[in-house]
Amino acid sequence: MATMTNGMPPMMKEERPVNAWWRRTSYTRAAYSYLIPAAIVMALITFYPMLYQVWMSFTDFGIANLRRGSVAPNYVGIQNYLDILPDKISIAGIEIDTPGTGKLGAKVQNFVFLRVLGFNLVWTIANVPIHIVLGVLIALLLNTPGLWGKRIYRAIYILPIVLPWLVVATVWRNMFDQDNGSINLMLASIGNLFNIPPEVFRIRWMENIYPPVKWLLPGIPLPLSFYAMLLTNIWMGWPFNTIIATGALQSIPKDLYEAASIDGASGRQQFFSITVPLLRPAMIPAAMVGTIITFNLFNAIYFMSGGGPLRMTQIMVTTAYDLVNAQRLYGMAAAFCVIIFFVLLVLTLITNRVTQATERYDV
Amino acid sequence: MSNPAQILKTQPPKVAFWRKGPKEVSEEERHLPLGKQLLLQLLCLFVAFTVMFPILWVVSLSLDPRDIARPDKFRLIPPGASLKAYQRVLDKPTANPVTFTELALNQFKLAGGTAVFSIFIGLLAAYSFSRFEFKGRKALMLGVVTVLMLPSIATIAPLFVLLNGINVVWGDLSFNMRNSLIGVGIAVAAGQLPFSIWNLKGYLDTIPRELEEAARIDGASPNQMFLRIVLPLAMPAIAVTGFLVFNTAWTEFVMSWQFLTNPKDFTLAMSLWNMTGTYSGDTPWSAFAAMALMVAAPVAAVYLLLQKYIVGGLTLGSVK
Repeated sequence: MATMTNGMPPMMKEERPVNAWWRRTSYTRAAYSYLIPAAIVMALITFYPMLYQVWMSFTDFGIANLRRGSVAPNYVGIQNYLDILPDKISIAGIEIDTPGTGKLGAKVQNFVFLRVLGFNLVWTIANVPIHIVLGVLIALLLNTPGLWGKRIYRAIYILPIVLPWLVVATVWRNMFDQDNGSINLMLASIGNLFNIPPEVFRIRWMENIYPPVKWLLPGIPLPLSFYAMLLTNIWMGWPFNTIIATGALQSIPKDLYEAASIDGASGRQQFFSITVPLLRPAMIPAAMVGTIITFNLFNAIYFMSGGGPLRMTQIMVTTAYDLVNAQRLYGMAAAFCVIIFFVLLVLTLITNRVTQATERYDV
Repeated sequence: MSNPAQILKTQPPKVAFWRKGPKEVSEEERHLPLGKQLLLQLLCLFVAFTVMFPILWVVSLSLDPRDIARPDKFRLIPPGASLKAYQRVLDKPTANPVTFTELALNQFKLAGGTAVFSIFIGLLAAYSFSRFEFKGRKALMLGVVTVLMLPSIATIAPLFVLLNGINVVWGDLSFNMRNSLIGVGIAVAAGQLPFSIWNLKGYLDTIPRELEEAARIDGASPNQMFLRIVLPLAMPAIAVTGFLVFNTAWTEFVMSWQFLTNPKDFTLAMSLWNMTGTYSGDTPWSAFAAMALMVAAPVAAVYLLLQKYIVGGLTLGSVK
């Protein structure tokens, strides 16, 4: 080991300065040479489009500007942003004028920016707690000592996770079909047992525009399609939380429970003093990830309700896609995506803060 | 690091969730009172039923031998079985003149290409981020994480416009980049590359550096350390990340639907959507069901096999 020279040859003194520099930077050169392919590729296909998007958001880029060699789009300043935001916000009956002109609402029927954002938040807040609670409860159920057939149940419960969202969403869309969907057909055959005519169960899940619970959130109407998609997303969402909760449950040392029961703690006390606090550090990050995923859950919304009826169930990402795919307002879509970026930035910062604050636990 | 999914990754269950419990029958096990056992069994069966309900329904639809356009009655077990619907889907799933094989091949090219590309580039970058200290490392990593946060739809407008401006002429070949699988692949890779960099970096960070230290003392260059030590050890992570990218691109819809106009380039995901809802026209639901199962089966099977390695990466993968 006495000859350890960090790869420096003994001839170093006679080397020319350029060679010495070449040798000294070999480490840094190696670092950059591994990075360069990704840096170039990402600069070209990720960061350049993102910058281009910011530029696009200040123009009226439309179909007319699409073809190569066609006229350049006009620079419109922040007009796109103003058009997206509404001209008036009413909070508790008080109307506040905003600099927005709400023109997008005139171009795209039923588009109301604040309702899209509001619905997106409601959609997220409605989903995530249900996923977490159901996931934990079912993990607890499967963790009961002495339960028969645990392995079979676990094999079945994993299925929603392994199926692609696209397939799940399209299948559930057909299940919620008014005339032939399995949900209505099943309800009808159950109703048949009680002599209820099948016509009662021709529920128009996706098209009905009247919110079934009228008093709930008057500013953000929640039509039947919201509940249908909620059900689908619950079906899709809880198994993942069950996996996380199972992992956390099995890492809780059994002695804690033994010690607690020796000290006379009831099952209820054990649950709230041992299980819940020890599950928390695993479940909070899962909830935060779930929040971001659900907030951006394009597949559920687009393939099931398509944002309908009357755009009542559009979320941010489906609106952005609609602006590109159906409305072909590319400049407007770019501005909308820039807004999405900032909304997500805020959301991510909040979720990260929550996650970091709850990373550790005290027993 | 600051990403929530990253924290999740540190707490994966130690054994595959559904293969759990090789020796679960302990003394304690037999002591569950029968009444309670039955009650819990009922609960478990109910949950199992809700999980299986859509799956049974689709399987039952796909096997329906009666050749009817829409189901008329509620049933989870088909009245007999026939593979006619599968035959139909294999021949000509949609109104477009393409076979299932062509669609699957397109989808496979897209998914495989994206996966190989983002793993190859991503692994190099991940190695650099994980093992070297250099100027701008923090800033570059922040850039990767920022993109990670964005759903792929958030860059669809510029990608569409930019790729539309590229016309490729190569010998006899002449095509518009936007209107080709390569263009879609680029757009998908733009979103998947940050994910694979981040996911692979997370794994490389867990490989102990002592091995490389030892190799360096023996005079190994960074290249040798990468090829001889890190690469073989990173194989599980490469397989899982590669699969997750593949999986995402296998059902990629957003970009393909927006970009592609030529039926010869259409993918499975696009065709599945063509067979349902607004666009279904007179496609019988049995054909839709068969198609849905055939799209889901390959990735679902691999998912189950790799499941114990995936849990951590899954959360991150589904953001995109």
